[in-house]
Amino acid sequence: MARFLLKRLGLAAITLFLLSVIVFVGASILPGNVARRILGPFADQAAVDALNERLGTDRSLLTQYWDWISGFFQGDLGDSHALNVPVSELIGNALGNSVKLAVFAFVLVVPLAIFGGVVAALRRDTLTDRVVTIGGLTLSVVPEFVSGIILILVFGLWLDVLPVSARAPAGSGFLTQLEYLLLPALTLVVLLFGYIARITRAGAIEALDADYTRTAVLKGLPRRTVIRRHVLRNSLLPTIAVVATQTGYLIGGLVVIETLFNYPGLGRLIFTAATQKDLPVLESAVLIVGIVFLVAMLLADLAYSLLNPRIRHAGAE
Amino acid sequence: MTVIEDPAAPIAIPTRDEAKIARRERLRLLGRSPTFVLGSLLLGVWVVCAIFGTLIAPHDPSADDVLNKLAAPSADHLFGSDRLGRDVLSRVIVGAREILITAPLATILGTVVGTAIGLVTGYYRGLVDEVVMRVVDAMLAVPVIVLALLAIVALGPSRVTLVLVIGTVFGMIIAKTVRAAVLSERELEYVQAARLRNERSPYILFAEILPNVMGPIVVEFTVRLGYAIFTIATLAFLGFGADPSIPDWGHDISEHYQFISAGVWWAVLFPSLAIATLIIGINLMADAIAQTFER
Repeated sequence: MARFLLKRLGLAAITLFLLSVIVFVGASILPGNVARRILGPFADQAAVDALNERLGTDRSLLTQYWDWISGFFQGDLGDSHALNVPVSELIGNALGNSVKLAVFAFVLVVPLAIFGGVVAALRRDTLTDRVVTIGGLTLSVVPEFVSGIILILVFGLWLDVLPVSARAPAGSGFLTQLEYLLLPALTLVVLLFGYIARITRAGAIEALDADYTRTAVLKGLPRRTVIRRHVLRNSLLPTIAVVATQTGYLIGGLVVIETLFNYPGLGRLIFTAATQKDLPVLESAVLIVGIVFLVAMLLADLAYSLLNPRIRHAGAE
Repeated sequence: MTVIEDPAAPIAIPTRDEAKIARRERLRLLGRSPTFVLGSLLLGVWVVCAIFGTLIAPHDPSADDVLNKLAAPSADHLFGSDRLGRDVLSRVIVGAREILITAPLATILGTVVGTAIGLVTGYYRGLVDEVVMRVVDAMLAVPVIVLALLAIVALGPSRVTLVLVIGTVFGMIIAKTVRAAVLSERELEYVQAARLRNERSPYILFAEILPNVMGPIVVEFTVRLGYAIFTIATLAFLGFGADPSIPDWGHDISEHYQFISAGVWWAVLFPSLAIATLIIGINLMADAIAQTFER
């Protein structure tokens, strides 16, 4: 168990290192020099050189990389070129907001998708099953901005029951904040429901076909107990794994959804940094996204092995 | 695939005729699958629009009409007009072309690159495999859209950048799938037999193993095509499309969603439905194709 987790941790560290190199090299192939880009084409060459020296962008790439990555792990991410504030402050605030939105979306989608998946499995090959599987997958392949726009049109314009912007007025209570977050969260629900429900359905079908379930039925346990204790529990295992892998999609979705709903989270920060070519913010934000994803995968591994004694005792892969 | 007359060859290798029969059987199944038929109808409509767009469109998609800005749908403008008075219906029809050129190109690039990497790493294993897979994992730790944003900021938005970036990222994903398929194939008897016959490695890779992993590759291709459209449309929506002067669904939506609160729904709804139907069509086809290979 400990060896298994250590191995996973080691792999994640290597992955993270490679990612940081890729991000850094990717951001450094930008043509032209940094100070010239900030000051514009008509600036004095001396001023450009001075700014390059102040930003440290006149040094070798290796030094710059070391500076960035060592600062990163001490919480010092440098300053944003566009806004002149510490990157760590920008990312910290944005991350907090994104987590709020993501947690709300997960709280809505996970029970809903598990319910949908189990119901589909119990009514295998019926119309209900088709609606959940094909309908769910169909919804999840539509880009977030399309489903977001359609939700805005339906609930914000035609029914006029929900606010279109995600930002609640300052000082509003918890419930009002949730109300403002509902449309963006629903857009994430539409994106994630299909996959989670599909995996739960597959897990539930496997559990339904298993010998232990037949034994439970034959020994006269009530249907509800069989479903709760035998089917549901076993179908939760693959569900946990897929929920973790969905964090990747979730963050990708946040870039679009936060931009669409004008919500000050990590996704919109990445978007604004990209439009303003604010590389210090962009680099660090991308690396943070990678870390969040890898941590989610590690947690999934951990939860998976805690819940499944077969993996815990086998120890290996 | 060549017919192998060698008596030492294992019987498990399907001969050319058997492969042809299997392929015909799959096509027959696809023709009877309602999801596949519906999917190809949806895709077909947009392919026709992409090819004959300017001929079908009732108006010039780029012609401004300042007196008719943001006009609601009417007999003359069935889908209404946009903020410059351009006909939304014509823009939706002509908008199919750009995305149906870039998305398939990116997917083809990704499939070719991914198949090559997957075949080589899965067959040779060893250090190269280890290194390539770590790099792939590192890149896949960040969502495609974020990687694409970073790359476009670095390289500047253009059609070539778009195709290269999406092709590369999809290549990584496809490489993982192909590698997994090759890993189980390489242990099979027909590969051992080919090795014993002293066949050269490229021959074993491309003539022996490749035909047998075509199933996952075809499925990946269709699924990725849907995602390529997803990603390109999203980038256009975010303002990182190839060329803002060409009618484009994602770009049109981003220019008009600020008018929703003023009640202008037509300028965003119709391009949204266009993107949704195209992607859903391709995914229905992908789903049906995956099922025929699972049998």
